[in-house]
Amino acid sequence: MHEMALAQSIVELVQEHATRDTFTHVRTIRLSIGALSHVDPRALDFGFDVIAKGTIAEGARLAIERPGGTGFCIDCCKSVAIAAYGEPCPTCGGHQWMLVGGDEMRVVDLEVD
Amino acid sequence: MCGVCGCGQADSALGEHHHHDHDRPHGHDHGHDHAHPHDHDHHDHQARIVHVERDILEKNDRFAAANRRLFAATRTLALNLVSSPGAGKTALLVRTLNELRGKQPLAVIEGDQQTTLDADRIRATGVPALQINTGKMCHLDAGMISDALGQVPVPARGVLFVENVGNLVCPAGFDLGEAAKVVLVSVTEGEDKPLKYPDMFHASRLVLITKVDLLPHLDFDVQVLEENARRVNPGAQVLRVSTRTGEGLDAWYAWIETHRCEVEAS
Repeated sequence: MHEMALAQSIVELVQEHATRDTFTHVRTIRLSIGALSHVDPRALDFGFDVIAKGTIAEGARLAIERPGGTGFCIDCCKSVAIAAYGEPCPTCGGHQWMLVGGDEMRVVDLEVD
Repeated sequence: MCGVCGCGQADSALGEHHHHDHDRPHGHDHGHDHAHPHDHDHHDHQARIVHVERDILEKNDRFAAANRRLFAATRTLALNLVSSPGAGKTALLVRTLNELRGKQPLAVIEGDQQTTLDADRIRATGVPALQINTGKMCHLDAGMISDALGQVPVPARGVLFVENVGNLVCPAGFDLGEAAKVVLVSVTEGEDKPLKYPDMFHASRLVLITKVDLLPHLDFDVQVLEENARRVNPGAQVLRVSTRTGEGLDAWYAWIETHRCEVEAS
């Protein structure tokens, strides 16, 4: 359950911004969690509720965007959509692709008051 | 809470939104851009957006970058050994340390939830080892390694082995500042491990297939395992080894030496 550690990092980022951007309540935390990142969004949601208790982030809703994975297929010499590690290139069926996007884990913005 | 906009007032249907405190029907034909006395109980529309655009693992990655700078400055090859519990990480390390000891400086950081059993086994070889107990945590993070580096001598121009917590999931996501992750998978585990746990195999530069001396007793197709590993990570190198018999270990030592020389030359 490394999602607990990630939830902890999210709460720490929110706390840092609460001081810097002077807010006292967080309505929504918008996250970008790529399809090829090392996170299960449901586990993150659960972990966040537990970790956020008693902090400024308590009660905030996680709005999780899930950008798809992108690989660069060496055989096709082009970028292709990749749903998961181990999946073949959708064009040629080969596995010689390199990850170029979709593994990000970012806090995009906060809706606060 | 209002289910329409999330304000602190009682829930309301969409048609009644704006929470008037009177129920008389009336038209809203006046604009809201002028001040005038009125008694309706408007929402608190003070919400604003704070732009963040920061990586969730930013703090870990800052420690990882500092660790990497230290390894570069001291010409230390740092390897992060990962696997499921019982794949043979500690046994391989003990044999490797006995083999490489005296040829170059070595040190080990051991990660386990509890006990110092692994570090005790490592120290018996004479190589300095530090045990990190992660408690309830399922992985080592870069901050833990940073702390440990203050307590174990950095093996300048040598090799630092980090033995991660036995877990084929969580350690994949945490950069420790290492030069490479090395994933171990034993032949008693199943050929489909790379497909079931692709993140770890994708994150690793080297796949060590361990306990190959047991193959005659198992219905296990090593080639299928290798194909599955390459499906997930076409660039990974794959070696078959047995810590017990020593089979394949020369290739493992040669892999270490190649990477140690690269670090020393950089």
